[in-house]
Amino acid sequence: MNPSNTTSVQAAAVNHSEDSLELDAKLDKRSSFIVVAFILSGSAWLLLGSILGTIASFKLHIPDWLGESAWLSFGRVRPLHLNWMAYGWASQVGVGVSLWILSRVLKTTIPVRPWLFVGLLVWNFFLLIGGIEILMGHSRGLEWLELPIYTIVPIVLVILLAGEAALAMLHTRKTPHLYISAWYLIAAFICFPLLGVVSSLPIFDGTVQAGMNWWYAHNALGLWFTPMGLAIAYYLIPKVTGRPIYSYPLSVLGFWSLLLFYNWNGFHHLIGGPVPTWFVTISVAASVMMIIPVVTVAVNQHMTIIGSFEAVKYSPTLRFVVFAAMSYTFVSIQGSLQAIRSFNEVIHFTHYVIAHAHAGVYSFFTMMLFGAVYYIMPRITNWEWHSPKLIKLHFWLSASGMIIYLVGLQWGGIIQGLEMNNPDIPFMTVVNNTKKWLLSRSFAAILLTAGHFVFAYNVFRLMHLRKVRPAPPVTWLDIQRQRALEPKAEPASLGKKVTSAFSNLNKSFKRWANDVKVDEH
Amino acid sequence: MIKNSILIIGIIGLFVFAMFGLTILPKIYIEPNVEKADVYVWGRAAEGHKVYVSHGCIYCHSQQVRPKGFGADIERGWGRASVATDYKGLTPHQLGTMRTGPDLSNIAQRQPGRDWHLLHLYNPRTVIKESIMPPYPFLFEIVDADKTLKEGLKLPPEYQIPGKKVIPTDEANALVDYLLSLNQKDPIKPQQN
Repeated sequence: MNPSNTTSVQAAAVNHSEDSLELDAKLDKRSSFIVVAFILSGSAWLLLGSILGTIASFKLHIPDWLGESAWLSFGRVRPLHLNWMAYGWASQVGVGVSLWILSRVLKTTIPVRPWLFVGLLVWNFFLLIGGIEILMGHSRGLEWLELPIYTIVPIVLVILLAGEAALAMLHTRKTPHLYISAWYLIAAFICFPLLGVVSSLPIFDGTVQAGMNWWYAHNALGLWFTPMGLAIAYYLIPKVTGRPIYSYPLSVLGFWSLLLFYNWNGFHHLIGGPVPTWFVTISVAASVMMIIPVVTVAVNQHMTIIGSFEAVKYSPTLRFVVFAAMSYTFVSIQGSLQAIRSFNEVIHFTHYVIAHAHAGVYSFFTMMLFGAVYYIMPRITNWEWHSPKLIKLHFWLSASGMIIYLVGLQWGGIIQGLEMNNPDIPFMTVVNNTKKWLLSRSFAAILLTAGHFVFAYNVFRLMHLRKVRPAPPVTWLDIQRQRALEPKAEPASLGKKVTSAFSNLNKSFKRWANDVKVDEH
Repeated sequence: MIKNSILIIGIIGLFVFAMFGLTILPKIYIEPNVEKADVYVWGRAAEGHKVYVSHGCIYCHSQQVRPKGFGADIERGWGRASVATDYKGLTPHQLGTMRTGPDLSNIAQRQPGRDWHLLHLYNPRTVIKESIMPPYPFLFEIVDADKTLKEGLKLPPEYQIPGKKVIPTDEANALVDYLLSLNQKDPIKPQQN
């Protein structure tokens, strides 16, 4: 690879020439309907999934609540929460966003759009039927694979169709180079249908089935959600900050090492389980090696954004994306540590792992999707978000909810694990000591659900309340351009800062004193 | 520049490589070494396994005992270390990943009583005050006391319904049969690996 080519690849995402903007607008117009359809549909599943998750959470400390109904028992609501979130919200919005990004970076239109829409309808139909089957007690009984075979297979086929569309776009691309986001998305679209098909084969039972189960479940995260999330980050961070990706070689290393190591992680869910030790050892080693792609991506994205951190204040998209990217580093390093036997001995079988899974699917992937939706929707609908304040409210509800969730359940989970490994503590004491942490999780669930309703309202308003056009937002790029034009202000000296702070304080004190006087009269 | 073909072949290659390692290789390697299971789920217990799956017991109860020196599963009396043979032919497997409640591999040794299990399923708080397990009243029928000759559950006074009897359904009985089959009194010789 020659150096000039490298820079052209890096610059691909930040190409703001007039021609390119015009082409993007044309492509966005064509992808508008199908991408909006996927985003709206996924958002509806998000609301349903949030309600189910909240019910499941409350049931753990009020076990008799809704206890009369088999349909609403914990053992059915909880897996349905997972399935509707994973295959409804995360996968549908993920597919929509991915197709849009591919259209943008490959400079080509999304093919077979009417068929994709039919596919989305089929997807929703089978997800609904599958959900009812789970509530009726006809689950397949494997974690992450609860949907009955006849409902999961059509969903996998629809994703395969989207994957075919992605490969067709790769074939008809108008750009000579492939931007890093496209690699990740192609990987996701190739891996997930393969995973879905192999996991549906009726050739597994007993321990081998357990191995297959965790190979699938971990790869659904690692080879489906993770590459989509990273592709979004790699696309949006340069777009919003106006800076090219820091290093092309690091992107290459991060991509291939992710594929090499993540694939092998599944058996770390069976540490201490009834499988030959060497199988587990391979997965432990691969899990620890995951530090390579994670640190690579973290360095690459951090170096891209460094110096533009202020942009987080102006760009709601970047706020979500940066939160998500930092969560990715956090959750992945945590994942590597969890695979180490001595730590796994404590946290395996505890609520800690539930929190870890949410750090992955929520803090990382869902927040990334929120960021992407906030970026994409105005561009494909040609309409602005009405209220930056509500977007901010959504961010803080989601972020604080998730932090409370993680801190509570992981701290509680470690205590649970340590107590469980001490045979002198009766098991009932262990259970009692988890109750307060389960309560904190329900509080987090309320915050998160509230955030999702704010998000849904934002989307609803953008789609349907179109009376007065909202003011266009001030983007980070505008601010930078404006700053470049302004004469550079002298940096204020410390002395000046202190005096101005005092005078401000004085003013506000006077105002307050006046108010008090008014009250007295 | 990266070519389409390298990208696609690379992705598929790495995927299939690991798929072989984590699904096919275990099938080739583990399955022939698994002896005929001593603990075999059959008859009404097999029906109970279906009920166990259908109500999602796996989300709070594991069925795998970790070996000595790794956790305190054995010290807690949860049974001996699990081996692949314990799960022969069982689908869906119910190894589990969560212990909101205790491991159930050896529950029949700790709670051999049928009545205890039925009461505990009807409402766990009838036998364990502080339990957070969900109740399963829908596995029972509430019948007028004078209309049946069957014996109802011997509920504690605060759970009794005047003039009514609580009768377990076939589902409840099958589930209890399954739970009572989870008994590791016979040691299985450890697998060589």
